[in-house]
Amino acid sequence: MQQSWTLKGEEYLADRDQTRIISLYASLKTEEFTAVIKRRSLFALALTGILSLLLSGCDLAVLDPKGLIAADEKHLMIVAILLMLIVVLPAIILTFVLAIRYRASNTKATYAPDWSHNNWLEAIWWFVPMVIIAILATITWTSSHRLDPYRPLSSNVKPITIEAVALQWRWLFIYPDQGIATINYVQFPVDKPVTFLITADAPMNSFQIPQLAGQIYAMAGMETQLHLIANEIGSYNGRSVSFSGDGFSGMTFIAKSSSQTDFDTWVNTVKQGKNALNMSSYNDLAKPSEDATAQYFASVDGDIFHDIIMKYMPPQQPASATMQAMGSTSATAQ
Amino acid sequence: MLQQLIFGNLTPAAVPIHTPIIMGAGIFMALIVLIAAGLITYYKKWMWIWKDWLTSVDHKKIGIMYLILTLLMLVRGFTDAILMRTQQAVAVGSHMGFLPPEHYDQIFTAHGVVMIFFMAMAFVFGLVNIIVPLQIGARDVAYPYLNSLSLWLTVAGMVLVNISLVVGDFAATGWLAYPPLSELAYSPTVGVDYYLWALTLSGIGTLIGGINIFVTIIKMRCPGMTLMRMPLFTWSVLCSMILIIISFPILNITLGMLFLDRFMGMHFFTTTFGGNPMMYINLIWTWGHPEVYILVLPAFGIYSEVVATFCKKTLFGYTAMVWATIAIAFLSFTVWLHHFFTMGAGADVNAAFGIATMIISIPTGVKIFNWLATMYRGRITFELPMMWTIAFLVTFTIGGMTGVLMSVPAVDFQVHNSVFLIAHFHNTIIGGVVFGLIAGYTYWFPKMFGFKLNERLGKYGFWCWVIGFYVAFMPLYALGLMGMTRRLNHYSEASGFHPFLLVAAAGVAIILLGIIFLVAQLIVSIKHRHEPAYRVSNDPWDGRTLEWSIASPAPFYNFAIEPTVDSRDAFWVQKQRQQTQGRVETPHYTDIHMPKNTSIGVLIGFFGGIFGFAMVWDMAVPALLAGIAIVICVIARTFNFHPDYDVKASEVAHIEAAAKLAE
Repeated sequence: MQQSWTLKGEEYLADRDQTRIISLYASLKTEEFTAVIKRRSLFALALTGILSLLLSGCDLAVLDPKGLIAADEKHLMIVAILLMLIVVLPAIILTFVLAIRYRASNTKATYAPDWSHNNWLEAIWWFVPMVIIAILATITWTSSHRLDPYRPLSSNVKPITIEAVALQWRWLFIYPDQGIATINYVQFPVDKPVTFLITADAPMNSFQIPQLAGQIYAMAGMETQLHLIANEIGSYNGRSVSFSGDGFSGMTFIAKSSSQTDFDTWVNTVKQGKNALNMSSYNDLAKPSEDATAQYFASVDGDIFHDIIMKYMPPQQPASATMQAMGSTSATAQ
Repeated sequence: MLQQLIFGNLTPAAVPIHTPIIMGAGIFMALIVLIAAGLITYYKKWMWIWKDWLTSVDHKKIGIMYLILTLLMLVRGFTDAILMRTQQAVAVGSHMGFLPPEHYDQIFTAHGVVMIFFMAMAFVFGLVNIIVPLQIGARDVAYPYLNSLSLWLTVAGMVLVNISLVVGDFAATGWLAYPPLSELAYSPTVGVDYYLWALTLSGIGTLIGGINIFVTIIKMRCPGMTLMRMPLFTWSVLCSMILIIISFPILNITLGMLFLDRFMGMHFFTTTFGGNPMMYINLIWTWGHPEVYILVLPAFGIYSEVVATFCKKTLFGYTAMVWATIAIAFLSFTVWLHHFFTMGAGADVNAAFGIATMIISIPTGVKIFNWLATMYRGRITFELPMMWTIAFLVTFTIGGMTGVLMSVPAVDFQVHNSVFLIAHFHNTIIGGVVFGLIAGYTYWFPKMFGFKLNERLGKYGFWCWVIGFYVAFMPLYALGLMGMTRRLNHYSEASGFHPFLLVAAAGVAIILLGIIFLVAQLIVSIKHRHEPAYRVSNDPWDGRTLEWSIASPAPFYNFAIEPTVDSRDAFWVQKQRQQTQGRVETPHYTDIHMPKNTSIGVLIGFFGGIFGFAMVWDMAVPALLAGIAIVICVIARTFNFHPDYDVKASEVAHIEAAAKLAE
């Protein structure tokens, strides 16, 4: 399983073919818990059986991914758990077995009060965990690069760029190419890579749509990035996951993935609206508010996203130098 | 003008008169203080308290005062936990619960601060103070006066946190007060200032305490006790204290910089004018990660003592245990970035810190298997400390597994900041630290007081704690995977969180029962302490280390004759020899050199508290006066040319004879 896992990762690192992304997603998706585990032990099978029984009937967003990145992250989680169970299960079982077997009332059990050293045994429990950690470390290294939120998805489909701004306490989404903006609602086409450029005009927040990808912080004066893709049509919950003050609990949004046609129609509908996003309407939005209802802006005036980041730059220095010092280098991955 | 100089920003409006929950809690605390003061006055015990306790430099008494602080703060921190769990159990859909965000946010901040700094740390220092000198055959710690100062600075911090409940407010930022949220721009009230001063005072106290215990272990071991003959508890405390000495200055300086930002308009961590909040997050975690090992290493030491004693067997793999402890201590400084993989440091950095984190699990796993190997071919008696240890072995292993899981950055992206993380660290802190400290408290209680704790109530308490823990925190793992974020004040019906949060709230109720049983256990045991069933010999568990070789409770000078050691498990070996060789010759006592009590520690703590409070409210005159008073105290101490005295050999002989008789 280990082998197939790394292989799959490399495939997708090299891959630039759109159809392959979809098939990779499909293969990650179908490789369910039990299918993976059958190649492991009966123990793990029983354990997952109990687990899935306990957890059936609730929406485990993280374990129900709808996009390649989240599916990969879920797969990684399961692989890591299985690897660790190799050590964890024996430890837990041994605790009970030894406690029962060597209870004081069981006088039949051997008693060796001075036995306190055994090279072989100690070698086993230094080296087995070392080997497991070595395997896990390799997986960690490759997966950290493969699933780096800054790494664009390899695809021959041109990605859509969406700028996300964490405000107090709602999310502003700006579509620089479509020239529209929204509050607490974001829509993008299915099977098309999405590039989120993220900042904050607020205390630190974190941007996450669990069914599509893990999170990345949103910080004032900086731009972070998150690349993801939705491989199924649907509405997914997104929210800020880093505490940012009194209105934090309501800082949720809906992320909808739709067909390209539906997306285009939606953009056109938004463009019919009357609201315009310019610096003055933005300043109203930026005031603390717990009103989480969705809003739509038919036009966007200039590069507001850039202006929001530049608000936090010292005024006396040339903008480009400061960007380098504060934004790009510190928060950008490579 | 004058009013501003004296009272600063403090006005009567700072007391939230119209908030019944806060006022209720405040009145409750005031009542407790008044009742305690009334009782002391009624029984005319003020002088006794001042002379025998507050000004004492006896490490055992200081330890006991730390334990009293622990109990009080456990109640405070747990009350916060009950409020949070209740709020989350009811605040679903259109119900907003009974705690508005601005209050709820203070509660989860206070819960973390109180539990880590004033409950767990005080618990560790309490047991360390009482036991370490006894285990190494010393008569006191290296710097008895500084020991008293450490305690009272911690108390000053604790008092500030609790005053913030009724005068002004506490930080509403989360327990590590990340900027920019904790900067003046987003937190204009005094809450963060209370946080800063409470942690600064107690942080200085902890640093002094760490140095003190470190020097004690290095310099004051009895003849023959080489490092590799030290009991494992002392070893793990040594490593823990090294971590304190290295990491607490970082905490104090980081908080100091945040204070300068807020107080003097500087820009260390602001988002504007070149400040960098990411620097704070890095700095606070270079303290914060070692901090969890500062707490858990002493607990590991306790498990090592307990397992060997109750399996009646030499600890398996002593050398490996020592090196594993050292390795854990060292590695704990190399992993801080795993607390913010999601800040965008890049794949190389994330992977490196992720792998460093997993490596810690190797020595930790070795320790677990060594404890199991100690149980193998032992004669296990299931006394309370051993039960806690077994609960630990299972619970901590699960917590360790979820920890390693989150050390994979790409997995962490999904569960970071979720209640999965909350479940994980409670799994290790309750299952590792709290279980261990309670085991140590139960184990050493007879040594501290000369009688033992009620076993039946202790068992009820144990089962409530363990079952309550699983009921309260296992649902949080599921909730985390469902996408539930930590620190939520309310959530939608559609999220499906509600049933799980009801279960978690039930779990907290069970833990509450556990705490009630443990308090009842203490009260019942004290009440019946003179009854034969509670009386114990000096060595009730058939112990292995030096603390069991002296009277219970230990005389103030600990050892009438300085012990000499030529092996590990010194007392066990001594007992074996006595069985074969018969009784040793009559002892020959000499004069014992002891430190005198001093009021300087408690005075500095008192003025330190006033100084902190005055700084919180910008009260210039009181701050200045308190600052001067502290300096005067320090100078006055240097003019004390006789901080010690001799206990005459005849008096020692007298006390020892009386103790023999009592036994």
